[in-house]
Amino acid sequence: MKTRSAGTILATAAGIVALGLLAGRCAPSAPRGAKKAAAVSDIAAAAMKVYVAPGDLDEYYLFASGGHSGQVYVYGLPSGRHISTIPVFTPYPATGYGFDDESKKMLGELTWGDAHHPALSETNGDYDGRWLFINDMNARVARIDLRDFKTKQILGPIPNVSGNHASSFVTPNTEYAVVGSRFSIPIPKGTVAGVDKYATEYKGVVTGVKIDPKSGEMSIGWQILMPPFDYDLGDAGKLASDGWVFFTSYNTERATGKLEVTSAQRDRDYIAAVDWRMAEQLAAKGEGTMIGGIKVIDPAKNPGLVYFMPCGKSPHGVDVSPDGKYVVGSGKLQGVTTAFNWEKVQTAMRNKDFTGDEDGIPVLKYESIKDAEVPVGLGPLHTQFGPDGHAYTSLFVDSAIAKWKLGTWEVVDKVPMSYSIGHLAAAEGDTVSPDGKWLVGLNKLSHGRHITVGPSQPESSQLVDITEEKMKLVLDFFTEPEPHYAQIVKADKIKAIEVYPKEENKHPHAIWDVKDAGVTRSGDKVLVKMIAVRSTFTPTDFEVKAGDLVTLALTNIEQTTDELHGLGLLDYNINIVVDPGETKTVTFKAKKGVYPYYCTNFCSALHQEMQGYMIVR
Amino acid sequence: VKNSLQAVNRFLDAPVDVGPRALLVLAFLCLLPTYLTPLYNMTMFAPQYPEGLRLDIYSYKLVGGNDNQDIREINVLNHYIGMKDLATEDFTEFKWLPFVVGIFGLLFLRAAVLGKVSHLVDVAVLFVYFGAFALWSFGYKMYQYGHNLDPKAAVRVDPFMPPMFGYKKLANFEVYSYPQLGSYALAVAALVLGLALVFAWRRWRRETA
Repeated sequence: MKTRSAGTILATAAGIVALGLLAGRCAPSAPRGAKKAAAVSDIAAAAMKVYVAPGDLDEYYLFASGGHSGQVYVYGLPSGRHISTIPVFTPYPATGYGFDDESKKMLGELTWGDAHHPALSETNGDYDGRWLFINDMNARVARIDLRDFKTKQILGPIPNVSGNHASSFVTPNTEYAVVGSRFSIPIPKGTVAGVDKYATEYKGVVTGVKIDPKSGEMSIGWQILMPPFDYDLGDAGKLASDGWVFFTSYNTERATGKLEVTSAQRDRDYIAAVDWRMAEQLAAKGEGTMIGGIKVIDPAKNPGLVYFMPCGKSPHGVDVSPDGKYVVGSGKLQGVTTAFNWEKVQTAMRNKDFTGDEDGIPVLKYESIKDAEVPVGLGPLHTQFGPDGHAYTSLFVDSAIAKWKLGTWEVVDKVPMSYSIGHLAAAEGDTVSPDGKWLVGLNKLSHGRHITVGPSQPESSQLVDITEEKMKLVLDFFTEPEPHYAQIVKADKIKAIEVYPKEENKHPHAIWDVKDAGVTRSGDKVLVKMIAVRSTFTPTDFEVKAGDLVTLALTNIEQTTDELHGLGLLDYNINIVVDPGETKTVTFKAKKGVYPYYCTNFCSALHQEMQGYMIVR
Repeated sequence: VKNSLQAVNRFLDAPVDVGPRALLVLAFLCLLPTYLTPLYNMTMFAPQYPEGLRLDIYSYKLVGGNDNQDIREINVLNHYIGMKDLATEDFTEFKWLPFVVGIFGLLFLRAAVLGKVSHLVDVAVLFVYFGAFALWSFGYKMYQYGHNLDPKAAVRVDPFMPPMFGYKKLANFEVYSYPQLGSYALAVAALVLGLALVFAWRRWRRETA
């Protein structure tokens, strides 16, 4: 009896322990909704979609901003292949950019830039494949000519602008690229006031950069004085809203210090709506006060020029629908994106349906101008559009893209992004006629999506097939640091040349015959005209004197695709590359000694023999 | 009334058998994991954190996953919603809990040696009280973290109660909260004490019948 009871007791106790352990749920290893590995058939289908066979060409260009690398990177889609780098704000020895006299002068004193938002030129609201504009935080805007994929002009630093983030969005016929100051400062530059005077003495500005319709040459069109908010992103109105340009702003608290807290106290910040045609007319009439060498227009004195549309707090993107009827903006800390109805906005402007003003700029009543708050998900940042009335909004916090319908405001689908998506780009997705087909998520974090490369991690971008109701993630690829916005344009819209035709080369020092090569001197200034052609530099050697100011003009007389030559002058900071038919000059002070120069850009079987000597006595 | 009180006294004075004494030793053993393994685990998944952020709560310390980095990460994320940092110093439980569990260990052994029903009742009642208090204390701590949010925080969320057992979706995070071996062992200790009482009662009934 006794033993049996002891046995029972122990057995029961053991049972309890076992049950306890069984019932005991432990820490899970994966979330509930964790994706099962994709089926082989799905992988095959995705592979077929993105596979561009050797020798075949991509269907689209992706022009991705390079962020603080200062460059623009060109990828092919759907392959995701990095095809080319266009140096813009930063020297790039690979193409000799920033080493020859002309590009050095264009860069000025700065050898860094922070390029965020490329803007392809437009005609009637559609990409026309002529130019690509891109902003630099250092108050500059650059123009790349897509005929040769070269940076042709850097405008700026533009007076009174500090931190050109809300840029370089273009108007529907590329009348203007815009510039908006992310940082407010006392203006003109050089004026000093402590941050305690921030709310009153610091000013923001928005600027219209006028673009010559023929040459693309940029100049300052107009500048408008704005309250000291941080102007973040922009988009030009189109069709229904043509003539207006929109800028988001944060820190309408006019706070300083720890902005992550102090600028997030109000429930709403603003989207500024600027009547750029009116700005153009005012500028033509000479309206404005001279500040920093340019006329700055005060919107308080010019009613109708600027309005504020309240938006969820700390908004990032503002995006206009293809028909121009909706302006979409989202507070980046919220779970909804707001679609403003442009008709209602105009009605509110007409009826003076205001709730107050900011430094004389009227604030429209939110309830009167919004059509819908679309529950897209957490952390909505930017919106792109498809051809069928669908909109795609990137969600940073949710790390996903939400697809929703304009008009019905219904969220149709979501696709996860790995990880923490910032901007997104749909094929021609910010024009009047989006293509659909492809959507690229430009993610901020890539951890675990690539073979390890150490602590400095690449940015991951992901290609999503949007041809069907359900979005399908089909490709991971890695974009050079650090892409912000990117634009996708149909490849056949770009008509680039592959050699510079000889007859177009108007460079004063261009020579086409080796007989014209050689050294000419005037005083201590020496001009060396040199020819590069497979596989010789002519002259193969030349002599100058120590202290001479030498200008070396190098012409590549090849007229064959891909026959580039480089000239590296050893022990000097000189490395230039000339494309077929191109002439570049580089100017330097000669120092005593013998210095070899050689072709840096592989050209031919006897590339290694393409070399010479500079003798400096 | 007098009779039944006398009966209770007789029961309380009754010696306990080998079985319940063995169970007391087993209950003692069930206290040991408190010092070795976590009592609770919270695991948080978000799209950006596919491996999850992990927090193990021991009786005397907090341990984050990924060599403790996860605590830092959790605190960085929580600062956006104005939540107080998770800090070992704020858990007063860490100071008294291991000590109290040690006392219970000694009391269990004492009851096993002295072997009267009254000793068994004492430790069982005190232990259940202790368990309930510890659970309340943990829940209250969770409640405070979820409710004392800085009103000036960048992201304002409604006050919330983190899950005590199971799953809850909080913003972009899936939060899973489960007791761990240490807690389960404590629960088993309580069950074992109850069982010891039942056996002692049944034997006393049999013998007094």
